[in-house]
Amino acid sequence: MSNKIINKFASAKTYIETCDKYFLFVFIPSIVLIIAGWSWGIFVAPPDAVQGDSYRIIYLHVPSSIYAQLIYWIMAAWSAIYLIWKVKLAAYLTKSAAFVGLLVTFLALFSGSIWGIPTWGTWWQWDARITSTLILFLMYLGLIALHDSFNNQNKADNLMSILTIVGCVNLPIIKKSVDWWSTLHQPASITLTDNPSIDPAMLYPLILCIVSFGFVLISMGVLVSKIIIFNREKNRNWVKNYG
Amino acid sequence: MLPHRKKRLQNILLLLGSSFIGIFLILSALNSQLDLFYSPSELNKNNLPKERIKLGGMVKKGSIKYEDTKVLFVLTDFEEDLDIEFDGIPPDLFKEDSGAVMLGSFDGNGVFVAEEVFAKHDENYMPPELSK
Repeated sequence: MSNKIINKFASAKTYIETCDKYFLFVFIPSIVLIIAGWSWGIFVAPPDAVQGDSYRIIYLHVPSSIYAQLIYWIMAAWSAIYLIWKVKLAAYLTKSAAFVGLLVTFLALFSGSIWGIPTWGTWWQWDARITSTLILFLMYLGLIALHDSFNNQNKADNLMSILTIVGCVNLPIIKKSVDWWSTLHQPASITLTDNPSIDPAMLYPLILCIVSFGFVLISMGVLVSKIIIFNREKNRNWVKNYG
Repeated sequence: MLPHRKKRLQNILLLLGSSFIGIFLILSALNSQLDLFYSPSELNKNNLPKERIKLGGMVKKGSIKYEDTKVLFVLTDFEEDLDIEFDGIPPDLFKEDSGAVMLGSFDGNGVFVAEEVFAKHDENYMPPELSK
C-alpha cells in the first residue's frame, strides 16, 4: 500500500465522513436486531431445566461479557498502531472505545450480580472470574482517568496506549480463570473447540443477541468518537466547516 | 517498515512479553491461593483448619436431611466426604448431585458448620422436557 492510501485512512476527517455516510446502515440494524434478539430470548426460547426463567439474563450477560473483553483487544491493537505509526486517529478511537468498554463491563458485572442472587444465592463473591472482570472495569476507568489527567495531549495518548498494551495481561486471566482456579462461576458454555453445552433453542437467540450487541456498540462507539474527535481537532478547518 | 518504526514495534513486543512473564510468575507463585474454596480432599482430617474457610464440592446424592430449621448434608469431591450443618434457607438451586460452596468453620467434632451456602450451577442449559 502506498503512503497516500494509508494517510487517507488514517485521517480523522475521512473517518468522520465515512461514519456519517454509513451510520444508519449500522444504527438501524442495531435497533432491529437487539429487539429481535431479546424478544426471542425472553418470550420464545424455552426456560432452563435447572434455573427456570432466571437464566434469561444470559441474553444480556454473555454479550456484555464477550464485548467487555473483545473491545479491550481492539483497543490494544489500535494502541500498537498509534505507538508504531503515530496515527492520531488510532489514539482517538482507543479513548472512545474505553468509554464503550467501561459501559459493557459494568453491564457484565451488574447483570452477573442480578443473575447470582436467584441462582447462586449471592450477588458477589471474590472468585477469580468476578475479580478479574472487576479489574478489567477498573482498567477502563483508569485508562480514561489517565488520559484526562494530562494537559499535553500527545503525552496522554502515549501513556494511555502503553498502559492499554500492558493491561492485555488481564485478558487471558479472565478467559481462563474458570479453568485454572476453583470459582463459583461455571466454565464456558460456548467454546471454539467443543459443541456448545447449551440447547440450540436457547443458543440461536443468544447468537443473535451477540451479533446485535456488535452493531449497538459500534453505533455507540461512533457517536462517542465523534465527540472526542471534534473536541481534539476543534481548531482544524475541516471541523470548523463541518455540517 | 522504517527502522524507527521497527524499533517501536520491538519495544511494544518487549513490553508485552515482559508483562506476560511477570504476571505468569505472580500467578504461579499464588497458584491455588486464588481458589475460591477448598475441596474436601484438600483438607487434612486429623488437623482441620480452625479459621473460617470456604468449602466447595458436590452435595452427595440422598444425603440431604432436614432437622428443625437445620439442613444437614454430605459434601463430596468423590474422594473425601464431609458432614455439613447449615441453619438457614439454602438457595433454590441447592440440591442433591449438584455443586455447592459454603462459608463457615469446623466445630469440635469434625462437622462443618456453614454460615452461608451458595449453589453452583453448571454450564449446561436445556429445556425442561429434554432433561427428563
